[in-house]
Amino acid sequence: MSKKIHVHTRINGEEVEFLCEPRQSLLEVLRDELGLTGAKEGCNNGNCGACNVVLDDRLVNSCLVLAVEVEGHEVTTVEGVASSKGLHPIQQKFLEHAALQCGVCTPGFIVAAKALLDRNPKPTEHQVRHWLAGNLCRCTGYDKIVRAVLDASACGSPGQK
Amino acid sequence: MSPFDYAAPRSIAEAAALLQQAGDDGRVLAGGTDLIVQVRENRRRVKLFIDVKNIPELNELSCSARKGLVIGAAVPCYRITSDSKVAQAYPGLLDAAGIIGGVQIQGRASIGGNLCNASPAADSIPALIALEAACVIAGPQGSREVPVEQFCTGPGKTVLGRGEMVVALRLPPPKKGSGAHYLRFIPRNEMDIAVVGAGASVVLDKAGKTIVSARIALGAVAPTPLYVAEAGAALAGREVSEAAVLQAAESARAAARPITDMRGSAAQRKHLSAVLVRRALEKAIERARNGRA
Ligand code: FES
Ligand code: FES
Repeated sequence: MSKKIHVHTRINGEEVEFLCEPRQSLLEVLRDELGLTGAKEGCNNGNCGACNVVLDDRLVNSCLVLAVEVEGHEVTTVEGVASSKGLHPIQQKFLEHAALQCGVCTPGFIVAAKALLDRNPKPTEHQVRHWLAGNLCRCTGYDKIVRAVLDASACGSPGQK
Repeated sequence: MSPFDYAAPRSIAEAAALLQQAGDDGRVLAGGTDLIVQVRENRRRVKLFIDVKNIPELNELSCSARKGLVIGAAVPCYRITSDSKVAQAYPGLLDAAGIIGGVQIQGRASIGGNLCNASPAADSIPALIALEAACVIAGPQGSREVPVEQFCTGPGKTVLGRGEMVVALRLPPPKKGSGAHYLRFIPRNEMDIAVVGAGASVVLDKAGKTIVSARIALGAVAPTPLYVAEAGAALAGREVSEAAVLQAAESARAAARPITDMRGSAAQRKHLSAVLVRRALEKAIERARNGRA
């Protein structure tokens, strides 16, 4: 058994410290140690995007990041997307467009879509589909998700952080 | 995952010492998008992960008309694809760097890692070979450079010896009148592994009519990415023509020695080798003529 390592990071704007084993993924630590269960484990090998979080300013699969690697970095999870004022417009649009059924893929899609609109507030449909190619959904057939993201972009949503 | 230790050295010397000590038990961690999955699925045993993302040289990305391009081994793909200078000077590299996984993978995966993982189907390797890239390797005996086409020795195997690691990739400045392209065949539009990949580069004369030199490489048709030197050499001195391009494509087809697996049959891969080399050359020639390297 390897020694536990002390990690300092910022998660959703707050300083966080935790102890973890090197073999624990960021996803495991978020869910099992820190109680942030928004990110889901779908495939655990980088194919489905259900575990998406933002690391510094990049969208990543948290199942492919070791928790020790976030030392000194900043993590944003789906729990950090809504504000005290309410849902983020992307979340609102997912509800309005019924862009979810079972919901397992939804946190990943929300985090991924926000990462897209934060850097490209007016993406084309093609850009949305291309950006979301690393997120799998077995229920919706994707179209409603794409509509929701496009609608959120049309409302100029990304300004809200 | 079975337990392992983790170290995050801050210098090449420190990393090399750790690697030397750990031998086969140690493995360099850059983006981790291949390595973490391999260890989790028990396809690779690692007792020490050596995270090299805090070493300055491995994060260098510099592009100059005089010195060419230096890509630190831990530089993630997104930094390469979002660099306008690199996009301008090396579109043939961007063709590959931009299609390795989806955006989540692009945020982590490095070209150095793609190379060291030594998959026969790695997208970046045929592109790097076409662009005459070399690997800068540091180790206990000092540093050495190895042309990318000599780096992989088998599936998952490389020329790296005990204590050695790739520090950077070095690409020469694009020559006047040059152009390059990489493309692959996959059954989807994105997020897939090449059934066959092909990289090509050409240098044309001033008039854009005669081929001065050419380099062609294939992926997923042999145990390692394959540099098809003879296909490029046969183009040197020839006028740009359909016949010349088809002949090079045919020579690449002949050099391919693929296997049949779940992604494609040997016969399909042979066929694809010729088709993709033709298309890679056509695009490389078009780019050379448009003054885009
Ligand atoms: S759980 Fe991480 S990509 Fe599927
Ligand atoms: S809503 Fe069920 S997987 Fe997407």
